[in-house]
Amino acid sequence: MSESIKPSTPQTDTETGDDETPVVAMDAPLALLAELTHRCPFQCPYCSNPLELEAASKELDTAAWCRVMDEAAEMGMHQVHFSGGEPTLRKDLEELVGHATKTGLYSNLITAGGTLLDEARIQNMAKLGLEHVQLSFDDIDEKNADHISGYKGGHKTKLNIAKWVRDAGLPLTINAVCHRQNIHHLEDFIQLAVDCGADRLEVAQVQYYGWALKNRAAFITTPQQLDEATATVEAARERLKGTLVIDYVIPDYYAKRPKVCMGGWARRFMNINPIGLALPCHAAEVIPELEFDSVKDHSLAWIWENSQSFNKFRGTDWMPEPCQSCDRKELDWGGCRCQAFALTGEAANTDPACDLSLFHEKIFGMAAAEALKPPPEFIYRRMGAKFNTPH
Amino acid sequence: MTDRVLIDEGSVPKLPNHVKLRFNEQRKQWVVLAPERLLVPDETSVEILQNCDGEVSVSGMIDVLAEKYNAPRDIIGKDVIELLQGLADKGFIVT
Ligand code: SF4
Ligand code: SF4
Repeated sequence: MSESIKPSTPQTDTETGDDETPVVAMDAPLALLAELTHRCPFQCPYCSNPLELEAASKELDTAAWCRVMDEAAEMGMHQVHFSGGEPTLRKDLEELVGHATKTGLYSNLITAGGTLLDEARIQNMAKLGLEHVQLSFDDIDEKNADHISGYKGGHKTKLNIAKWVRDAGLPLTINAVCHRQNIHHLEDFIQLAVDCGADRLEVAQVQYYGWALKNRAAFITTPQQLDEATATVEAARERLKGTLVIDYVIPDYYAKRPKVCMGGWARRFMNINPIGLALPCHAAEVIPELEFDSVKDHSLAWIWENSQSFNKFRGTDWMPEPCQSCDRKELDWGGCRCQAFALTGEAANTDPACDLSLFHEKIFGMAAAEALKPPPEFIYRRMGAKFNTPH
Repeated sequence: MTDRVLIDEGSVPKLPNHVKLRFNEQRKQWVVLAPERLLVPDETSVEILQNCDGEVSVSGMIDVLAEKYNAPRDIIGKDVIELLQGLADKGFIVT
């Protein structure tokens, strides 16, 4: 599942972005995001995958992924996150998990569930060294959950999987994807995580990339709803301190300062898409001026250092005003390039989530107005869907 | 669900199973790994974390460190408990 691969939305993403991690700028990346496939049994309208999804026939094979992990470990990366699409649709997932263990990478499975992830596979992956499972939920109400994800019966599979993951002794993060159509259930969502025996809960408000941006009006909350949600999370954090870790990601539309996207462009993460293109961020393909390199042609280390797409917005030299003379430029790195492009038409612009951006007022106003109108029908995520508009 | 983990001298701390203390060969660096977190502990923290195995008690750790650094036990004790409590509140340590 792909709505909030954590490193891309690190509002609370955590110690990778703060003073506890004195990792220097052009150091090797910390983690590999392996998007194993774009195939998915779910059709979440909040999916952050690109609108043009890659077909199964073009996917990297097992050997290529194993080589990519070898190279990641050699570079000194610490973690591999298996995501997608739905990574459990890959029949070789077990093999890849086993290989991650061999390389010493900490492995994390980011899944939305579905019927292909059964108890036997989970047990097997636990034996092969899988270290963590992150499972997303759409609501606590089954009917609404299945409506949102476009997968009848999907919610049930998630409940089963949560249990099997815990039975297998694997640590579990529940990812609660929140928005205007389920935010009133937040308190129960938190209880669901407690009931599932989760170690960690991520309350992630939808981030507006890919399909989610197309569906923004169906998802965006009002600032009031957001404040209520924040209060609920804060109370729960206090109540559950030391028992359930709660990470909270807000849509930065309503923030004053942008999120530290990906811990800074090309500073901490490498994202490999299903066909082997290396991306500085999973949404980066929307930016037309970027040239991506493939792991089929180059090593990860070469790409990290030389790929035009990684170097384009690395560091601070590329920044225009107001970022260039701002004292926060090495804290938030000017926010998110993909969001700047999607909302202002220019990737190098200050992320409009920043209230110093000239676009901030307009976009904030637009979003807040959308949130007051009745939500439109979902545009479900589907392979080969056609659109009239460029988004 | 249990209550908040409170660290005192009698606690026997350990890393929860999703948290791993590892030495990264390429970087020659100890790291604490969790799904969305990464901590680069300093030398003292590494020493303490290595003893968080579910067997050594906090008071045991303090004794060893106080002796090793030849420092007053109450000062070392305060530091160790503070450090562990901080880690516990972030979910890096359980008892
Ligand atoms: S459709 Fe849903 S489950 Fe599938 S990749 Fe997108 S967000 Fe994840
Ligand atoms: S102006 Fe740029 S660097 Fe300054 S806070 Fe806004 S986004 Fe960050």
